[in-house]
Amino acid sequence: MSTSLLNIALADDDDDDRMLFSEAIEEIAIQTKLMLFNHGQELMDYLTQPKIELPNLIFLDLNMPIKNGMQCLKEIRNNPVLKDLCVAIYSTSSSEVDIEETFLNGANIYVNKPNNYSKLREAIEKVLQLNWQYHTSNLNKDTFLFRI
Amino acid sequence: MTFFVKYDFNTLCKTFLETHLNALGISYTLHSINEISIEEELSHEKQAALIDALKKCGVGIETDKKSTLVDRIKNVVDGMLRDSSQTSGTLSTYLSETLHYSYAHLSAVFSESTYTSIENYAILRRVDLVKEYLCNTDLTLTEIAFKLDYSSVAHLSGQFKKTTGLTPSAFKRIMNKKQTQNT
Repeated sequence: MSTSLLNIALADDDDDDRMLFSEAIEEIAIQTKLMLFNHGQELMDYLTQPKIELPNLIFLDLNMPIKNGMQCLKEIRNNPVLKDLCVAIYSTSSSEVDIEETFLNGANIYVNKPNNYSKLREAIEKVLQLNWQYHTSNLNKDTFLFRI
Repeated sequence: MTFFVKYDFNTLCKTFLETHLNALGISYTLHSINEISIEEELSHEKQAALIDALKKCGVGIETDKKSTLVDRIKNVVDGMLRDSSQTSGTLSTYLSETLHYSYAHLSAVFSESTYTSIENYAILRRVDLVKEYLCNTDLTLTEIAFKLDYSSVAHLSGQFKKTTGLTPSAFKRIMNKKQTQNT
């Protein structure tokens, strides 16, 4: 497993956030291949194409134009092909109501967008490690809930 | 009518392997749910039949030596967490005694292929068991803490919060809501 790449998708409408995220993920020891999407619809259009390699992990911003993160999450969980994908919500909102709602709709991880670069790197690293463990160990995926 | 099913993962895997090995008339010894010794030399057909039967249920044969060792480490950790009464001493001594490698070697192999330390894995796994008990049993936190060998409920809650970002009660509330939502 150590030689394989972890495929990651990020949907975020903010240019700077996407850039910082790509830089941070580059610095992490886990080998990754990152795909970027400008909004939810772009991500969903990609995911629903036939015969593509599905990402191992999806980061979703909540507030996006055209299709927001919550809508994407619901569509992913209701799609038989996509429903088992690991989804991490990546948002500035720290309202308990928002967080609980994303979990109820099937999010696995909730990440508050950190306000500085080193914290961002740490947070992404933690998410990747968790995802890796769930990927390779006998952990119970039904209770895969984390807040970072 | 809706049923909720609970699994005992260990028994499930053991029964699964026994059923398939018996069906093919193979004589074997089961060391753990990940390790089987087969006493006879298997014919190509039998080997293919076994691999095929297991594959249908999403089970594969591990061929990479390093990941086999990682799986064995995970197994020992899982076993120790599930039944702490059988083991004494620290995780590191127990691991190196059981697997006959130095802890430094085990630890290096583990970190190299999982990007995390054995200690971190053990914590994650223990929290996963707490989650399992919270969802599938009516045990109180005190009882769970005792079962999983936590020194106190405070220690359990602290580790749970630190690892998952949620308190045990918030986690349980969300899982309950999810269950009622799905029915």
